[in-house]
Amino acid sequence: MLKRNDARADKSNFVGKTVPRENARRLSQGRGRYVDDIAFRNLAHVAFVRSPHAHARILSIDTQAARAVPGVIDVITGQDIRSMCQPWVGVLGHFPGLKSAEQYPLAVDVARWHGEPVAVVLAESRALAEDGADLIEVEWEALPSVVDPETALESDAHVIHPELGDNLAFRLDLEKGEVDAAFASAAHIAEGTFHFGRHTGLTLEPRSIVADFDPALRQLTVHHSTQTPFQMQDVFARHFGLEEGSVRVIAPDVGGSFGLKLHVYGEEMAACALSIRHGRPVKFIADRLEAFQTDIHARDHRVKARMAVSAEGEILAMEVDDLTGIGPFSVYPRTSAVEGNQAIRLMGGPYRMPSYRGRLQVVFQNKTPMCQYRAVGHPVACAVTEGLVDQAAHALGIDPLEMRRRNVVTQDMYPHTSPTGYVFERLSHEECHARLAEMMNYERLRREQAEARERGVYRGIGFATFIEITNPGPAFYGVGGARISAQDGCVMKMEPSGDIRVMVSVTEQGQGTETIMAQIAATHLGVPLERVRVYTGDTQTSPYGGATWASRGAGIGGVAVMKTAEALKENLLTVAATILQAQPGELDISAGAVVSRASGEERMPLSELGRIAYFRPDTLPAGFHAELTAARHYVPQGYPFAFTNGVQASHLEVDIETGQVRLLDHWVVEDCGRIINPLLVDEQIRGGVVQGLGGALFEECLYSPEGQLLCGTMADYLTPMAAEMPDIHVGHVETPTETSPLGAKGVGEAGTAAAPAAVMNAINDALSPFGASVSRMPFTPERVLRALGKV
Amino acid sequence: MKAAPFDYVRVSCFEEMQEIFAAHGDDAQVIAGGQSLIPAMAMRMARPSVLLDIAGLPGLSGIEDTGDAIRIGAMARYVDLRESALLATHVPLIRDAVALIAHEAIRSRGTIGGNLAHADPASEMPAVVQALDARIDIRGPEGQRSVPAAEFFLGTYAVDLAPGEIIVSVTVPKAPAGRLSGIQEFVRRSGDYASAGGAFVLDVENGRIAAARLACFGVCDRAVLAEQAAATLVGQELAALDPEPAVKALASEIEPTADLHNGPATKRHLIGVLTKRLLADMVSRSGKAHG
Repeated sequence: MLKRNDARADKSNFVGKTVPRENARRLSQGRGRYVDDIAFRNLAHVAFVRSPHAHARILSIDTQAARAVPGVIDVITGQDIRSMCQPWVGVLGHFPGLKSAEQYPLAVDVARWHGEPVAVVLAESRALAEDGADLIEVEWEALPSVVDPETALESDAHVIHPELGDNLAFRLDLEKGEVDAAFASAAHIAEGTFHFGRHTGLTLEPRSIVADFDPALRQLTVHHSTQTPFQMQDVFARHFGLEEGSVRVIAPDVGGSFGLKLHVYGEEMAACALSIRHGRPVKFIADRLEAFQTDIHARDHRVKARMAVSAEGEILAMEVDDLTGIGPFSVYPRTSAVEGNQAIRLMGGPYRMPSYRGRLQVVFQNKTPMCQYRAVGHPVACAVTEGLVDQAAHALGIDPLEMRRRNVVTQDMYPHTSPTGYVFERLSHEECHARLAEMMNYERLRREQAEARERGVYRGIGFATFIEITNPGPAFYGVGGARISAQDGCVMKMEPSGDIRVMVSVTEQGQGTETIMAQIAATHLGVPLERVRVYTGDTQTSPYGGATWASRGAGIGGVAVMKTAEALKENLLTVAATILQAQPGELDISAGAVVSRASGEERMPLSELGRIAYFRPDTLPAGFHAELTAARHYVPQGYPFAFTNGVQASHLEVDIETGQVRLLDHWVVEDCGRIINPLLVDEQIRGGVVQGLGGALFEECLYSPEGQLLCGTMADYLTPMAAEMPDIHVGHVETPTETSPLGAKGVGEAGTAAAPAAVMNAINDALSPFGASVSRMPFTPERVLRALGKV
Repeated sequence: MKAAPFDYVRVSCFEEMQEIFAAHGDDAQVIAGGQSLIPAMAMRMARPSVLLDIAGLPGLSGIEDTGDAIRIGAMARYVDLRESALLATHVPLIRDAVALIAHEAIRSRGTIGGNLAHADPASEMPAVVQALDARIDIRGPEGQRSVPAAEFFLGTYAVDLAPGEIIVSVTVPKAPAGRLSGIQEFVRRSGDYASAGGAFVLDVENGRIAAARLACFGVCDRAVLAEQAAATLVGQELAALDPEPAVKALASEIEPTADLHNGPATKRHLIGVLTKRLLADMVSRSGKAHG
């Protein structure tokens, strides 16, 4: 039987417990409050005229007829907007040589992708704004377009920004160890070219903004579906010449982000510019076509790679050449170099491989801009590495799981530095592999696979070991000159009722940040979970911080909350000790009450402490001031990132007559350190896996050879749907990071990082009896049929 | 994504409809279930100045037995087709087809008449009505006429409807004794438009195939009847059916057109695989029914 104080302590310990997401009930009952749900007086709407060409000069724009439409308030072209907004350039100091061109919210003189906004109509309704946009006549002179990254650097390629000299935005060369010697001495060299199609984030709630400028106060209030309110506050202030303190960004409910809601987009900037010009609120809600045309796209890599292995299957070296197309601009303010930089540095990351040569070329092209999306660079590095590992294992006759076991960085090697310079504090590859083999019943699955082949049924099993970058420190953006905070802050107060209010700078987009923060606060304060409310996403009321991206919310924001809870608890115990005439050290807080530390006996509910401290301070000693609010900030130190690791496996069936891939099962064993909420971790993993499966099998932003985007609707762009998804089994190994008192690392991107690689390897395993393989994502039935030589 | 301005008129008789067509010509467009038209309007790809709602016209609803055929009102929705006991008994292919059409929300609003008039090349119904040798009943300013389904589809989104004409019903002959029918399609995801599909009808007499109608969809610029392929089946013994001549004939008689995800070669290959599988499935089901 539990002793009384144990039972009490258990009631206050929520870290590691499955707790349902607090906002799920509200959102699923239609009580969400997204930007589009908020009512504004005197609201005006924008619609955009977009380039129908991938690349074209704007000769003239006739806005006359549009201005005459009743209800149209204003029409602005790229030339007009130059005086309304400071331009931006998507470069950062820590990517030496990275170049990009000046950008305004609307194309000026030249449009550089199909869908780029060139004019904006402000009207009393969205429909009227679209009526106006319909009547705008643009005279175009089509220019040669650069579509395929492979052609961007050719000597006769049209240079998209003549002032930049060529179409090479960024180049990075890495070399470590004895690469040439390794290939010269290798028993086998695995080799391949891998293509990663473009896809996009596809948030359920599209990009949304209402900008509301008050000319009397010169105050801009922006309701914005964003991951990063403070970053956007800074952007709006600097580019519209406003005091930072005069810009308030509020992120209400946000319906998904996946990395696409932290970039600067012309449409949002144009909405702000028009609100400032007219002194009234201006709304832009991207429709689905606009989302496909202007939300950042992801991936678009062509990687040539080879791997040298010894006869025993030891990975000796990799040589990688990554070419990636980012559209016509490096995206502001985080740049489009990060994806390639991570892809090229994550190669071979789970393995002991001593030597590495990598070359990255990031090129401009006339397509929608490409930038950070969930698992930035990871799926590319993982698929290339794991694809080559499987090829090598097959050639050497080694079981693929065994091949991985032989090469992973082992427990005795930590801390370990990869040949590309990543430092791993402590990972758990061996444990994860062992756990996976057990979960999936690997040996039985192999037997069943062999039996099925006898019947002409071709199933495949594919593995992918992964590492994931989480909890980035200040070296990620701030050091390069971006005003993007690496720290997060928390303000916590106890109200007279004893209820706890937590304001934290990390944000919620549906993943459960607020629940996680409440669990941490409740646990470290010693109060019931339902007494804690968490508020996020308002620059006017939240402490300043970096917010939610790069799998940093729980691992960084969580520590800020933990430290604040500890500080507030200390304050409250000081008040309690004064009231109870005890020493603070004799007291504790548990289940919402002050208790005796020794016996666990309740001494006073927090509501009583609140009553006295707020309403009867006259009963307290002279000179005593109760501190009922605390604040703390936290920034990760010691390592640039907290790496996580894990392994995924895919089991699938290929219909060799139709090329159709049917996913049967998917397993993930991951190690994100201390797990705060198992349910939410599993949801993150599963959601991430599904997005990875989307990129592997379904999703692709298709373009014509001239650069016309061909998929503008959900009928053309195939998202993964529930009916096609396998059961996703999730297992955990917990290696808490010692760099933070909470021990939690991030988990938001691990699922996406390795799912495509696992699927690719499983398809190729299924096709192995035919000597066929695929390496161009997504693996459409047509591509599988081509690999089989059937079409 | 807001439609261009338009007027909406709900007509209650054919004369009223004809007046609107006379006044607006091609600028007036009929709306039935709206499952294709409304998205096209929202994207301003369709810009009718008048939207003509025919839900109030008499005689366009209902599914009724006319003796040797079933008459399906043009405004019958997919869910109506699925729930119809008459169709289940006399034309089970239609019910089987509905299960493959899109998603429940679309099945609850989409109509057979709207679907056939729209004539999406990857849609199921244009193939089904051809396989069943149905007739499309049309009414327009010149009165009524009826066209065999096989002659109704002229190309992608192109049908034999003159200005002012609408489909009022589809007349489907009741299946004779000994009829086998089946429909299959290859899709990337459930509910998607088919990458290749087939709706087949075999009439079997004394164990031999007496007549065959093979309609393919999602392969060419419209749903088509593969007549040469069908001819290779006639006379074959069902229990020992050899699909290879049909596959071969099919490959040469159709001219596949690419969609966004599949080129013509893939389409040709897929319809061959589908033909083999669907025929085998129909034979096997007939064996079970009799065995």
